[in-house]
Amino acid sequence: MPKKPKKVLILGSGGLRIGQAGEFDYSGSQAIKALKEEGIRTVLMNPNIATVQTDKGLADTVYFLPLTEHFAKEVIEKERPDAILLGFGGQTALNLGLALDKSGVLKKYGVEVLGTPVSVIRDTEDRELFIKRLSEIGVVTARSFAAENIKDAVKAAAKLKYPVMIRMGFALGGEGSGLVRSESELRTRLAEAFHRSPQVLIEEYLAGWKEVEYEVVRDAYDNCIVVCNMENFDPMGVHTGESMVVAPSQTLTNEEYHRLREVAIKTIRHLGVVGECNIQYALHPTTGEYRVIEVNARLSRSSALASKATGYPLAFIAAKLALGQSLLTIKNAVTQKTIACFEPALDYLVLKMPRWDLNKFDSAVTSIGTEMKSVGEVMAIGRSFEEVLQKAIRMLMIGADGFTANKGEAFHIEKYLAEIKDPTTRRVFAVAEALHRGVSVEEIHKLSGITTWFLDKMKNIIELEKRLKKETLTVELLRQVKQAGFSDKQIGTITDKTEVAVRALRGKKNVTPVVKQIDTLAGEFPAKTNYLYVTYHGTEHDVTPGKKGIAVLGSGPYSIGSSVEFDWSSVQVLKTLQAEGKETVMINYNPETVSTDYDMSDRLYFEELSLERVLDIVQFEKIKGVVISTGGQVSNNLALPLHKNGVKILGTTPENIDRAEDRHTFSKLLDKLNIDQPGWAELTTRKAAGEAAMRLGYPVLVRPSYVLSGSAMAIASDEKSLMRFLERAVDVSSEHPIVISKFIENAREIEIDGVASKGKLEIYAITEHVENAGTHSGDATVVLPPQRTYLETIRRAKRIAKKVVKELKITGPFNIQFLAKENKLQVIETNVRASRSFPFVSKVTGYNFIELATKAMLGKDISGHYQTLELDYVAVKSPQFSYSRIKGADPLGYVEMASTGEVAAFGDSYPEALLKSMMSAGFRLPKKNILISLGGEENKVKLLPAIEKLKVLGFNFFATEHTAEFLKTHGIASELVHKIKSGKKENVGTLLDSGKLELIINLANRGLVREGNGGNNPSDGFIIRRKAVDLNIPLITNRQLAEAFAMALSEVGKKGLESKAWDAYKKDA
Amino acid sequence: MKLILADKTVIEGKSFGAETSATGEVVFNTGMVGYVETLTDPSYQGQILVLTYPLVGNYGVPDPEFFESTGIHISGLVVSEYSETYSSASAKQSLASWLKKSGIPAISGVDTRALTKKLREKGVMLGGLSAKGNTIALEDPNKRNLVAEVSIKEKRVYGSGPTKIIAVDCGMKENIVRSLTRPGITVLRVPWDYDFTKEEYDGLFLSNGPGDPTMCDATIQNIKNAFKKDIPILGICLGTQLMALAAGASTYKLKYGHRSQNQPCTDVTVGTRCYITSQNHGFAINRKTLPKEWKVWFENANDGSIEGIKHSSKPWSAVQFHPEASPGPTDTAWVFDEFLASVALYKKNHA
Repeated sequence: MPKKPKKVLILGSGGLRIGQAGEFDYSGSQAIKALKEEGIRTVLMNPNIATVQTDKGLADTVYFLPLTEHFAKEVIEKERPDAILLGFGGQTALNLGLALDKSGVLKKYGVEVLGTPVSVIRDTEDRELFIKRLSEIGVVTARSFAAENIKDAVKAAAKLKYPVMIRMGFALGGEGSGLVRSESELRTRLAEAFHRSPQVLIEEYLAGWKEVEYEVVRDAYDNCIVVCNMENFDPMGVHTGESMVVAPSQTLTNEEYHRLREVAIKTIRHLGVVGECNIQYALHPTTGEYRVIEVNARLSRSSALASKATGYPLAFIAAKLALGQSLLTIKNAVTQKTIACFEPALDYLVLKMPRWDLNKFDSAVTSIGTEMKSVGEVMAIGRSFEEVLQKAIRMLMIGADGFTANKGEAFHIEKYLAEIKDPTTRRVFAVAEALHRGVSVEEIHKLSGITTWFLDKMKNIIELEKRLKKETLTVELLRQVKQAGFSDKQIGTITDKTEVAVRALRGKKNVTPVVKQIDTLAGEFPAKTNYLYVTYHGTEHDVTPGKKGIAVLGSGPYSIGSSVEFDWSSVQVLKTLQAEGKETVMINYNPETVSTDYDMSDRLYFEELSLERVLDIVQFEKIKGVVISTGGQVSNNLALPLHKNGVKILGTTPENIDRAEDRHTFSKLLDKLNIDQPGWAELTTRKAAGEAAMRLGYPVLVRPSYVLSGSAMAIASDEKSLMRFLERAVDVSSEHPIVISKFIENAREIEIDGVASKGKLEIYAITEHVENAGTHSGDATVVLPPQRTYLETIRRAKRIAKKVVKELKITGPFNIQFLAKENKLQVIETNVRASRSFPFVSKVTGYNFIELATKAMLGKDISGHYQTLELDYVAVKSPQFSYSRIKGADPLGYVEMASTGEVAAFGDSYPEALLKSMMSAGFRLPKKNILISLGGEENKVKLLPAIEKLKVLGFNFFATEHTAEFLKTHGIASELVHKIKSGKKENVGTLLDSGKLELIINLANRGLVREGNGGNNPSDGFIIRRKAVDLNIPLITNRQLAEAFAMALSEVGKKGLESKAWDAYKKDA
Repeated sequence: MKLILADKTVIEGKSFGAETSATGEVVFNTGMVGYVETLTDPSYQGQILVLTYPLVGNYGVPDPEFFESTGIHISGLVVSEYSETYSSASAKQSLASWLKKSGIPAISGVDTRALTKKLREKGVMLGGLSAKGNTIALEDPNKRNLVAEVSIKEKRVYGSGPTKIIAVDCGMKENIVRSLTRPGITVLRVPWDYDFTKEEYDGLFLSNGPGDPTMCDATIQNIKNAFKKDIPILGICLGTQLMALAAGASTYKLKYGHRSQNQPCTDVTVGTRCYITSQNHGFAINRKTLPKEWKVWFENANDGSIEGIKHSSKPWSAVQFHPEASPGPTDTAWVFDEFLASVALYKKNHA
């Protein structure tokens, strides 16, 4: 075995975004654990502060820094690691590693790349090399041409004949790829593509071929295994991240399965991958021909899925293999008896389903294709396709109860055939609709290319629904529908019973599920596994109930608003409970999480977070108490229902949680406590809504309880815009009331995150938003400690928090959001649960808020003196957006949350922390050219000082018509840019395309009102913002952020940005 | 349909094969694909097969040319869920219709995981599938000469070429024939008890087959005679056990056998290489009894049992797993290449 390195640098993946999400927290943490076990010192570079991998006690040294060549070089210079791992931080880490290699940094500092060599990574990433390498061993790839300019690309497409596929080299999640039907379409796409990648691929279009994936592991001794194979529900043409995926494959024959397996092994051996990799195929459904689509020589989303699907700890093993260990010497951590050199045999199947959040974006396109748009995913485990399908649909938490029997219009698809043919995010419900209406499986297959086997199973569900409607509910039928994944609620909907009644009936008739283990060997060897699922296909439990543990409810799928930070919180609860000697039972079903790792809890139920399933588990395990306050809204929503079913909820009582959740009660409570709040009203008719808005005074914030399409929240500036929003987007009725509240302009937002015990505030942290109210708190740039908030305001916020905590008798975590304006402090929201910012405040203050909260929930004394305000450093948290993936959406800060992740950075000063934080989210500092486009007088006047600061720094300005004029009158020179419609040169369009711009500051006149954007007649402002995203030009759309940025840039000036480790910012340092 | 086990366990399920009763030794296989190949593997003669993968029948049944023998060899099939519909371009009929036509009973709706765990804990046991409430008497198929039941009755010739290989058919899978039949090679497939020592040949192959190897006295005797020459010999599965018995070693019955497509086997002569293999055997070689001229070639990385042997000086080797795959991984197909290379070498040296 090669010499063990002493110190290894691990590159993380940064903020969560579409195509690169929480799975890399899982893979990075496993890698760190694997290295630690070998006594190797670990250095981690990752600005994603909400991850478990950046926790104390994992990596020896953590750097919250932008994942750029500049900062990586500084870290290497400082730390002098003898080796680096590139395969655990997604495409970001891989690309950074390639850059460090290319520029000679790795060589200069003698840093060895562990695992798959860089030359092999290049072979897999560079399309031309890739095709060449595979053809050497006769492995077939899609016919493809790499082009580095438009001319060559057009020529290649002509050769292949339209339609063709366009893909970008070095891209993640299929970014920039898609079907192109004509030359003119190709030219448009190429212009965009070459802004992001030096290489574009023109490929043959394999529509209708089955898409199959294999996860392969190889060690340095040429031992090679296939851990998992997976089959996509949607045929080629839909990105695997956008498709439902089953594991193992369901419709491949032995010959197909093993032929592709053989090709996979042959390919990986020939390339020389060491560690883990993923290989994707297109398989012709009738001829059996195949094409290798791509090889990812790193841990990927698919490998995280494969790891959870099989129980095989892929990331952990991959890290060991990277150190030069052999598969033969590593134990199978699940059985503890067998070795890692084997291929898992599943005696269940899993189904992964993507979770989209496109309806948060007004003009976003909901069709799905070769580019990834989903923000998260769920995985269901069961023993029949029907079972996993219905489970997975419920797990999405989009309000659907399953494949069928859904209440609500959203799941009834009017143009179902169209949405089957040209897939949208609702395709699965379109199939249900079609089957309901008697469309044949054959017809659906013809339209969609989906293998009939899947469609037949779906039809089974519809047939069972029909039987449920007609027949008496015998024990046999009841068992049959449960085996087909129907929930009690669905059965209730169909048979006109309540969910409670169905559950009672099942209990009486003894139709109950069993608990089964995932043991990687299909029962062949006894296993010590804690990995469990629940199914109705069985007569015997695999395990006996545990020792009356404490259950922790996870956060479900990653989505906009509920992301890795809640997984972090859940993991902290598990760790604390274990340290306190408690038996832990984790319930969650998100395959991208750390909380669902095999070594995080005493028992892991990879299961639904529904009342029905949680009750099943709680009753079977005789759970002593349930923690619901750390998994975000998904788990929080179960507090009251579980409580009503006699389940003990730890921490704040469910009644009190509900008092904070219910707008009416909470408002009364605030009045009682003499706490100010923005005026609001709940209304059931449009007319009343108009009157209420008038009374409150525009602008108002509108929050419907039921949304037809588009975003769920809006700000209306006048009656016209209010009515337009109500007509277009929402149903207003007594069943679906809307809430209208006064929107306070130019107010600042501050938040308190805290932990209380028996109604007494024990620890809190106050954070301040850079952006004024109107930007969702999840999209805001957050500063700790506050820089602009008066001490008196802080004191008052604390007093308010104390009152609320006392009134609600809070025990555990909570979060209060305030509006601050002219010495007035108003409460806008209180959550009696951990908020998104708990990892941030914990890591910045040095106190683990969740650990304290957990102890409080256990009744421990957590009182102490916690210093959270006087810090010798500043930390800034920035949102990570994925607008480049959400075609057509307006990248403008809004009341509806749009970011998919977050990053944070520390600094000795606020300016330093702000810049590093922004850069961590992908922002690049401009060197010369800035486009300024300011809508409205107020924006122009207020931003003037900031622009003057930028001027002093020597920037060259371009400005749109009115802005240029304004700047001129204030003595600032700028190059005038005309409107696009003018057709003049230089206009906004030509300037953007020129590639000159390094920063765009675009402030919309009425930034808060999102109208007239996108659609058929987009404004120049929208085009500027959208193009900035599509062309990958840094963009600032918020005035306060623009001000802060200019201030920061001028203050940091030539001093530059420090690359200090997290340790260097410790309070007593 | 009921599944009745020797330990008096009775499991009710739904019939999806032939409406008939059958008895056999109940064994489980953990492969996730390959039911067509598995069901037609003659080594399963006399056994009731439990498939641990819960969805069976998904891709139907292809033409017989893809089978591993002329038809189904299992006595009965036990699954969790039978897929009523199937989808595959190669499918010619459903699994159910094939089972019905073949007169093989099958039961679905069984908790196959619980059943597998029982077999793992208690060892494989006798059992029966009872149709229409019929009572059945459990019979031990291992008391029968299963090899004689599945072996060909008359010898058969495949290919034409100067190099001649005798393949002793103890229940030989078709893919072995396909793997051996290469240009320049004649394969003479002979019955299990055929005295091939009188034939001229350049290589001897001993096939897989069902049941207890000690039942094959005639084959063992013939192998002993073959040991008098230096002609290359390759054994697979039962063939390995027969070779060991002929060499003077003994065999024993494994508690629940190896039946799967994911068995890791380490090449102990190299030490660092491990192969994923397809397996189907209930007996194994007793390590202590292996004569000193023989060495262990492969070892099961899970339980340490012998998965291959080699003679120290003669070109005789054997593997307990299935390099011909079908079903299962194709990683060890090189075993045939090595054997044929040694045959070619022998031929060259004795030309």
